[in-house]
Amino acid sequence: MAKSGALGAIHHVRSEAYGPVVLRPKGSTWRSSKNEGGGALYDYACHAVDLVNFIAGVPDSVSGVVRHSVFSNDVEDEVYCSLHYANGASGQLCVNWSDESFRKMSTKVSVWGTNGRITADRQECQIFLREAHASLPDTGRGWTVRYTTDVTEEVWYYLRGEEYSAQIDYFVQSIKSRRSNGENTFRSALEADRVVADILTDRPAPAAAPAAPESKGFLARLSS
Amino acid sequence: MNAPLPIDRVLFGDNQFFGINHMSEEKAHVQQMRFQDLPAVMDVLDAAYQEGIRTFMCTTHDRVAEICDYFRANREKYPDYRFYPCMPYAHKYANAVTEHGMIEALRRFLPEGGAVGAMLKGGLALANKDVDTIMRLLIDAEMKLFQGLSTPVIFVQNVVTDLLLGVGFKQCFRTFHDHVRDAYGAEAGFITMNTPLLLDVLDELGIENPIVCSNINKLGFRMCGGIELYERTIATRRFRPVAMSVLASGVIPPREAIEYVCRQPRIESIVFGASSRGNIRQTKALIDELSLT
Repeated sequence: MAKSGALGAIHHVRSEAYGPVVLRPKGSTWRSSKNEGGGALYDYACHAVDLVNFIAGVPDSVSGVVRHSVFSNDVEDEVYCSLHYANGASGQLCVNWSDESFRKMSTKVSVWGTNGRITADRQECQIFLREAHASLPDTGRGWTVRYTTDVTEEVWYYLRGEEYSAQIDYFVQSIKSRRSNGENTFRSALEADRVVADILTDRPAPAAAPAAPESKGFLARLSS
Repeated sequence: MNAPLPIDRVLFGDNQFFGINHMSEEKAHVQQMRFQDLPAVMDVLDAAYQEGIRTFMCTTHDRVAEICDYFRANREKYPDYRFYPCMPYAHKYANAVTEHGMIEALRRFLPEGGAVGAMLKGGLALANKDVDTIMRLLIDAEMKLFQGLSTPVIFVQNVVTDLLLGVGFKQCFRTFHDHVRDAYGAEAGFITMNTPLLLDVLDELGIENPIVCSNINKLGFRMCGGIELYERTIATRRFRPVAMSVLASGVIPPREAIEYVCRQPRIESIVFGASSRGNIRQTKALIDELSLT
């Protein structure tokens, strides 16, 4: 829907993931160990990034990264940052796995365009269109709410959610049929990895980087 | 062999109390806030009781402990009340594994000391793949919540049923069935989203006329194998179906939804959850009315 063009020019995307994973300082599993791939960035934010990449495209740069520990010693428990696209569109990533107010991991994506907004989570998809659009004939002007019951394809074997069931089935079928050009590619994994790498280094947007000779750090500029 | 124990036609579910709503996360959130204190939960259970619903089918969520305490303390008010425990509440275990790791999490749910505790400490029960022993102990740990209360049917949750069914760990169903019968005098119930496949396996294990709870609704929502296969299965196979998600999370209008379920032959029970007296009364009245026709 976001890609259909019905939203007009997309100018902002927000991807959020919250859940109750680390709720006290003491942790004894790989999740609290940076060397073993733990932390909210690798474990939670990756999913939120992957959704952004899929829905709105891969951001060109990130800024304003906050990676804070709430309880953990070795890893971050929350990740926030801005996302930037070459065409001027922007985004926000909000991830916190130390939030006990959520029963389980809860992910939500919102996309704003010049003709409206879409917000989607596990159960429903809320669409607001300023004007009806030919590419979404079933979705009129104003609000439309689609529930998981009508947007989810049935699976032949259900285990803890259609999405997981379909995913594991697809994975097994891919192995059986030696399919290498499936839904999920190394390309999309690499793209998510690249955004994560940008978050780790908080690389400024190339266009925003000042010319080298005049370059001064923030503190240097303050004191000059 | 004894005649099978009758199950009430209408069972009350618990999703609404624990912030589970298959339609809207926002609604789930609002419900979670509303039901954070026991009196709000009891008001709804009381309303259901007054409408003649005597059975509470509930997960082994931590918060069920306080509900059980209440019923133990007020037996005279609810002399005929029954619980149908549904175990396990998976997130309780998932969270513990997240925090403590697999073995430590398991240790925390099992009784302290004793031969098995010692075995587990050394990893022996796991190394021996002594799944039956561990499973029985986990069932006992879950059943502690319900001590002294009537629990004539004990269900295994679909997340476990369907995982075991999927990986072919069939023997667990027999262990579960036998243990709840021997230790609690209860009948085993199986919640699943894959009824036709499960029935094949239960048949193979010789578990006769099992209580199977699954989605049964006019939309075919989460009825794996398809609605026609379900209808045929209900009509022709020997089991005791309990219908859940009959409204498909509120998508189907109540009368239409219940009409459909009541039209299927041999459905023994319908489980539903609701938060308001009005909705409880309406749904119960519809089931009563349409079950007669």
